[in-house]
Amino acid sequence: MSLDKSAVRSIAELARIEVPEEELDHLAGELSNILTFVEQLAEVNTDGVPPMTSVAAMALPMREDRVTDGGYPDGILANAPGAVVLRDSPQAPAQGGFFTVPKVVE
Amino acid sequence: MTELANLTIAEACDRLAKGEFTAVELTRAHVARMESLRGLNAFITETPDRALDEAKASDARRAKGEAGSLEGIPLGIKDLFCTEGVPTTAASHILDGFRPPYESTVTANLKKAGAIGLGKLNLDEFAMGSANITSYYGPVENPWKRRSDPATKLVPGGSSGGSAAAVAARMVMGATGTDTGGSIRQPASFCGIVGIKPTYGRCSRWGIIAFASSLDQAGPMARTVKDCALMLGAMAGHDPKDSTSAPMPVQDFAKALSGDIRGLKVGIPKEYRPAGLAEEVAAIWDKGVEWLKAAGAQPVEISLPYTKYALPTYYIVAPAECSSNLARYDGVRFGLRVEGKTLDEMYKKTRAAGFGTEVRRRILIGTYVLSAGYYDAYYAKAQKVRRLIADDFNRAFETVDVILTPTAPTPAFAIGEKSDDPVTMWLNDVFTIPTSLAGLPGLSLPAGLSSDGLPLGLQLIGRPFDEETVFRVAGVMEDAAGFTARPEGI
Repeated sequence: MSLDKSAVRSIAELARIEVPEEELDHLAGELSNILTFVEQLAEVNTDGVPPMTSVAAMALPMREDRVTDGGYPDGILANAPGAVVLRDSPQAPAQGGFFTVPKVVE
Repeated sequence: MTELANLTIAEACDRLAKGEFTAVELTRAHVARMESLRGLNAFITETPDRALDEAKASDARRAKGEAGSLEGIPLGIKDLFCTEGVPTTAASHILDGFRPPYESTVTANLKKAGAIGLGKLNLDEFAMGSANITSYYGPVENPWKRRSDPATKLVPGGSSGGSAAAVAARMVMGATGTDTGGSIRQPASFCGIVGIKPTYGRCSRWGIIAFASSLDQAGPMARTVKDCALMLGAMAGHDPKDSTSAPMPVQDFAKALSGDIRGLKVGIPKEYRPAGLAEEVAAIWDKGVEWLKAAGAQPVEISLPYTKYALPTYYIVAPAECSSNLARYDGVRFGLRVEGKTLDEMYKKTRAAGFGTEVRRRILIGTYVLSAGYYDAYYAKAQKVRRLIADDFNRAFETVDVILTPTAPTPAFAIGEKSDDPVTMWLNDVFTIPTSLAGLPGLSLPAGLSSDGLPLGLQLIGRPFDEETVFRVAGVMEDAAGFTARPEGI
């Protein structure tokens, strides 16, 4: 499979990565080479072979669905750029807070 | 003080127990090495003050008779493990300023065993690379040099390149690594040390920054087989916080080093001798077979027919999982944010500025192979071939107990070499990727030096959860190899 500029542009859009227009050609070449390399799998007969989703030879464990963690909004927000932590006073424990993002609703 | 840094973990445990020196003295000796060898760029974050505080606490525990299995042993931690309050970068710009509010299970287990953390070790960005040249914090230098050309800086392998270089240079007694397609074993081979990727599920992935979740596995890197066995014993164990963590008992791996491998069948896969395999690598492999024969084991030629499809399978599965895992880096909850006028623009600018070229490439490939219309042709196909590759091993293990192969097709190469074409770089992992796809334990140990004075490693592959046999055979090979060489000046 050979990818052209516009295909790379739309993959980058899906991946939410801004790619400068002048890099698209080079990237298209690189990604096409990689796809050509992986496409050798087409020659393998996989009829009737179930896909392998995990190597762990076990079923996913089940547990009771209850809240076992939480109650530290300041810890959750500690690494967030531009986060707002709500407290009654500077010394008081955090009551809650917000992640912040650019305005999404006009 | 240099003498203390040359000890093995086993020796240091023994002598700490006898009171010949303290954890503080041992830690100081390693802090001094870490500082004097800063030029190798093995560490991203050094934590000497914290280490000395931990060492004091360790000596106090010992005085009270509460010593753990790695009490007072200074280790380095690959900067992919979240460490509470200590910056954790994954060697990526996108995690700028990130200080985890929690500790990964593996590092918590090591702490519980009494180990001291000297700092966070350099790696390829998000563990994507085979030469430790994709780190935002710059390449790591291998302490080993070519005899013919000591001025050229060589790569330590990757992605756990900082871990391998720090262990080889005696800056740490051991280090944690992670391995997705060879990231423990290939750097261990390039730096002349021992490293094991245990069975998938052996070590908890909780708190390890995810690359490809169906492949990622943590493991130890150290200078002897026994040291790796001791470290793995402390790192491993069931963890309900990782749903793929195996509810299996952790054996005393060091006890497995009985030295007796009589009657054991060792598989020698014929597909691992491709045309163009470096002659020296083939020769050291043959030597390994001879050592095992001399110790009473029986080499058996085996066939793993789907081997050649492992690399293309991996380069669909791993990027697919990476594109999904790395979707979380959006500038909202942690790390770097580049402002934009809209939410989408902020995402795109943040991710463009935050990811390096190799990571970007893999995210794009992964996004493509998972996208509507291509999923079956690429991702589902790769998952099917992955099963055929795993079945190759299952069949082989019906007749053999362990498999011996080279770890990497070449010794360490120069920084800057092989970096023009991503696929050429990926060929480094041609012998390690099949094991990863099958989830099996794989250990690399140094077997000898190339004619140019560089370490060459051999890989032992075991049955699932049979690390004990892998360690037992590795112990015998280590004795036979008698690898005592050290990097010049170390």
